[in-house]
Amino acid sequence: MHETGAAPPDGRRERTQERPVLAADNVVQRFGGIAAVDGVSLSIGRGEIVGLIGPNGAGKTTMFNLLAGAMSPTAGRVLIGGEAVEASPAHRRITLGLGRTFQIPKPFPNMSLVENVMLGRQNQAGERILPNWIMPGRVAREEKETYDKAMALLDFVTLTHLARQPAKVLSGGQRKLLELARVLMADPSIILLDEPAAGVNPSLLEVIIDRIVEINRRGTTFLIIEHNMDMIARLCSHVFVMATGKLLCEGTPEAVAADPRVIEAYLGGGHLL
Amino acid sequence: MLDLLNLGLAGYIAFFLATALSYSILCLGLNLQWGQTGLFNVGVAGFAAVGAYTSAILTTPPSDMHFGGFGLPIVVGWGGAMLVSAAVTGFIGLATLRLRSDYLAIATFGVAVTIQLVALNAQWLTGGPFGIGFIPRMFGGLAGNALAFNFANLATIAVVVLVLYLALERLVRSPWGRVLRAVREDEEAATSLGKSPARYRLQAFVLGGAIMGLGGAVQAHFIGFIAPENYLPTLTFQVWTMLIIGGSGNNLGAILGGVVIWALWALSGSAIQAIFPPEQQARAAALQITGIGVLLSVALILRPRGLLGEKIIVSRHMDLADTLAPPASAKAE
Repeated sequence: MHETGAAPPDGRRERTQERPVLAADNVVQRFGGIAAVDGVSLSIGRGEIVGLIGPNGAGKTTMFNLLAGAMSPTAGRVLIGGEAVEASPAHRRITLGLGRTFQIPKPFPNMSLVENVMLGRQNQAGERILPNWIMPGRVAREEKETYDKAMALLDFVTLTHLARQPAKVLSGGQRKLLELARVLMADPSIILLDEPAAGVNPSLLEVIIDRIVEINRRGTTFLIIEHNMDMIARLCSHVFVMATGKLLCEGTPEAVAADPRVIEAYLGGGHLL
Repeated sequence: MLDLLNLGLAGYIAFFLATALSYSILCLGLNLQWGQTGLFNVGVAGFAAVGAYTSAILTTPPSDMHFGGFGLPIVVGWGGAMLVSAAVTGFIGLATLRLRSDYLAIATFGVAVTIQLVALNAQWLTGGPFGIGFIPRMFGGLAGNALAFNFANLATIAVVVLVLYLALERLVRSPWGRVLRAVREDEEAATSLGKSPARYRLQAFVLGGAIMGLGGAVQAHFIGFIAPENYLPTLTFQVWTMLIIGGSGNNLGAILGGVVIWALWALSGSAIQAIFPPEQQARAAALQITGIGVLLSVALILRPRGLLGEKIIVSRHMDLADTLAPPASAKAE
């Protein structure tokens, strides 16, 4: 489906030249007098894994929320598959193929893992009131399918043994995995990951990285906010760097890490890699 | 209710259970709103009042004391009660459902107080402080035989509760109910999965309000008389206690809570009558509310899930899978 790059490690690919699946065009977000995001444009091609990095306060999370629809920008456009979506409500994003996870995971804590994942399915007849009465057979069939797929996804993220436990029993890393399974249930074409490595123990982090590569291999695009530069370098073919609300530079992880502007933005952080 | 003295034990039990189950109806409505969806509605009394007054106006014979008196059948009254309560809840919901938890509580509390004040003051509509009497009672023809009358009412109310229970279970255990719980647990996460919280909150609020309206109507036709003082915040407090003690998030718990708390309420009332001299009884009645409040606090500390808490897996169609692969078959990690 996609040509794999020759050299890069793990799942990295070359940038594709196709029409972008996700793009921001001169996006601005002001909070009072402060422009948290100040005229950022970026574009992400189909099948890429792209990183978004920057020091604390750079506006990454705001940018992420604008792309995910959690807020609409003061100015500028957000395009999914070429369609302008900046004004459409947040719950429409996933039907357009854009799924997200949260920096601090948001499972439904008192619900079982399998039901957490089942909620990711789109267009379930049974999610409207009437079909539960007038077409119970169809609802039951869909539920069976949804259940089977949810269990398969829990297996994929190594959580099968906890399928019937409430999500509140999970560790931080397991919650990240649950969110991944939940968003995959919706078959998104692009997934935004907000700090997937934060607070995750190293062995579980390997599982997460491995699963991202595997999902990407099946054609799904990723945008990842992450402070773990090792993870960024292993996964991303292209990195956007933000500082003080603007796009500072972009390029391969290696090029970006060597860029003096980036090093300076990190307040003399020295070696990034 | 002096005729209670002549009821005998069986008759009293029927009377008690019929009353308790009428509270269970209110409790089922609150369970949909709070137990499933997390809507902090502390205006239960107001929605019950809307249902009770609607049904009373629709079914009483023509009267100068209040609006209408349309003399319609009781079933029409019940249907009207549900429709009008749903409309009122929908209107209030559109205005308030964007409010988060405690703000919604303040708003609904205000609405309930307003409704009670309208009932008290809009005399042309509600009869004002005199209330509405001569509300047709179910099986009124049996009124001469208190035992038969109470059992017939108990059977009818029990059927209403059963039908509501089955209908609610189907919904709550459906994908629709699953979304309600997701909205309750984390609105932002539910949104990211394509669910519109506003839509589901409004649906649960309106459906719960309609059920509360039905509960109010059922009570009105059982007692035969309603007045504004029936719909003070005490009623809201009772129904909340019933739900928390019975088990929020569990429809069977809501029904059980109604019966248990009403039993405690009735017992404590009798105890106060037995213990305190007549001139002190009006003041001693405050002990009832205090006692229930203490019970509620203790329950929240010792058993916050209530008698029957919410199950971990609620969705239907997954019951079969329950019996399949035990956790041991899962991959070791």
